[in-house]
Amino acid sequence: MSETRKVLLAPIFANNPIALQILGICSALAVTTSVNVTIVMCIALTSVTAFSNLFISVIRNQIPGSIRIIVQMTIIASLVIVVDQILKAYAFEISKQLSVFVGLIITNCIVMGRAEAFAMQNPPGLSFMDGVGNGLGYSVVLLFVAVIREFLGSGSLFGVEILATVNNGGWYVPNGLLLLPPSAFFIIGGFIWILRTVYKDQVEENDFTMKAHVKKEAM
Amino acid sequence: MSSNKDSINNVLKVALLVCLACAIVVSTAAVVLRPVQQENRQLDLRRNILAAAGLLQDGVSVQEQFEQVETRLVNLETGAFSDEFDTENYDPRDAIRDPALSESIPASDDIAGIKRREQYTEVYLISDSEGALQTLILPIRGYGLWSTLWGFVALDSDLNTVKGLGFYEHAETPGLGGEVDNPNWKAQFVGKEVYGDQGSVQLAVKKGSVNRSNEMEATHMVDGLSGATLTSRGVSNLIQYWLGERGFRPFLNNLEAGEA
Repeated sequence: MSETRKVLLAPIFANNPIALQILGICSALAVTTSVNVTIVMCIALTSVTAFSNLFISVIRNQIPGSIRIIVQMTIIASLVIVVDQILKAYAFEISKQLSVFVGLIITNCIVMGRAEAFAMQNPPGLSFMDGVGNGLGYSVVLLFVAVIREFLGSGSLFGVEILATVNNGGWYVPNGLLLLPPSAFFIIGGFIWILRTVYKDQVEENDFTMKAHVKKEAM
Repeated sequence: MSSNKDSINNVLKVALLVCLACAIVVSTAAVVLRPVQQENRQLDLRRNILAAAGLLQDGVSVQEQFEQVETRLVNLETGAFSDEFDTENYDPRDAIRDPALSESIPASDDIAGIKRREQYTEVYLISDSEGALQTLILPIRGYGLWSTLWGFVALDSDLNTVKGLGFYEHAETPGLGGEVDNPNWKAQFVGKEVYGDQGSVQLAVKKGSVNRSNEMEATHMVDGLSGATLTSRGVSNLIQYWLGERGFRPFLNNLEAGEA
């Protein structure tokens, strides 16, 4: 039980795929302008990671080493297509906004990374949990970014207006930067900073130290 | 175990089984969900028709709002209404691929880059309570930079003033060509006139911004999209094609003369 718990919960803060492993940044920049879209993306990614881990783990003892990556990709790609089809059927509006990014889950490093690093060595139940856990880790960061971006960028949360914007006759001038992808970089950077202040062990050692400056110049 | 696992036979067997299983899953999902997706697409199409005409209201179901719209089939060749097919079952987009219902456009005429034109297409009419035409919505399409842009243009009862223009499907670069979806840009089309004094199609997207003191530009042109020259040019071309002689011009002439 405790191991399952660890596998499920560790990726959320202690071993976060985005903040510590710096995987899956691309979609974190692209789909976080509104919370609704982000939630759908998180659910899509979590289910793909969980089920791809499950299926790959089930057949891990049969997969020949020489074609393992292709087998993983085939399974992941099939799951992504299924998720895409389901979204098109039941969440058409949001699937239009997500457009190519659902398809790009195939190339999301988290899915591939967990399949290769965890599911190939561990039993199905545990792998499934690892997938869910990593999906949640991804979701935590995305939601953190999306809440800030939508709130300050459009003055709303979940599409409901909270700060009345100037365009609608209110007082709030939205911050346009937050609607553009680069702002997610700053917010993810801030998230990593907070995380590493709490979890000191995540702080990386400096690659080198600067020598003290000894030569006197321009005196 | 491991030598057996990596044998060529096993590699082929695993590859085959994985492909088979995945193919079944993917095709099942596609087939089972198709009816729901088609319904969504139709709803989305209708929403876009209403949006192009500037009639879309929030909070009222699209089906309900669409009841005021009359769908009619038009023969593009003769420019007259036609009852050849039932509009309920006719899909103009299928007709484009059907050699019996469409013809290929000679390259010299194909300014919109669409290769084939259907013989019959659907147009959408909104009339007032006395039956006089208020808004006419025409389907338009043409090639931009990466993709065919599919959209609608809505004309006022004078069949010259634009009431709205919008695209419901395209794959242009988000942020550049994708700005064809920008409401502020689309709003520029409203009130522009399609035909000049000589009767030729003058409505176009200018490269750069419109000089408002120039009368010709102020009545017929809208600002180009920055960083999207080819998409802007594509929009100009498709307007030129679909509102010109090979598009809806014969139909519009007939309609104006009351002979459609």
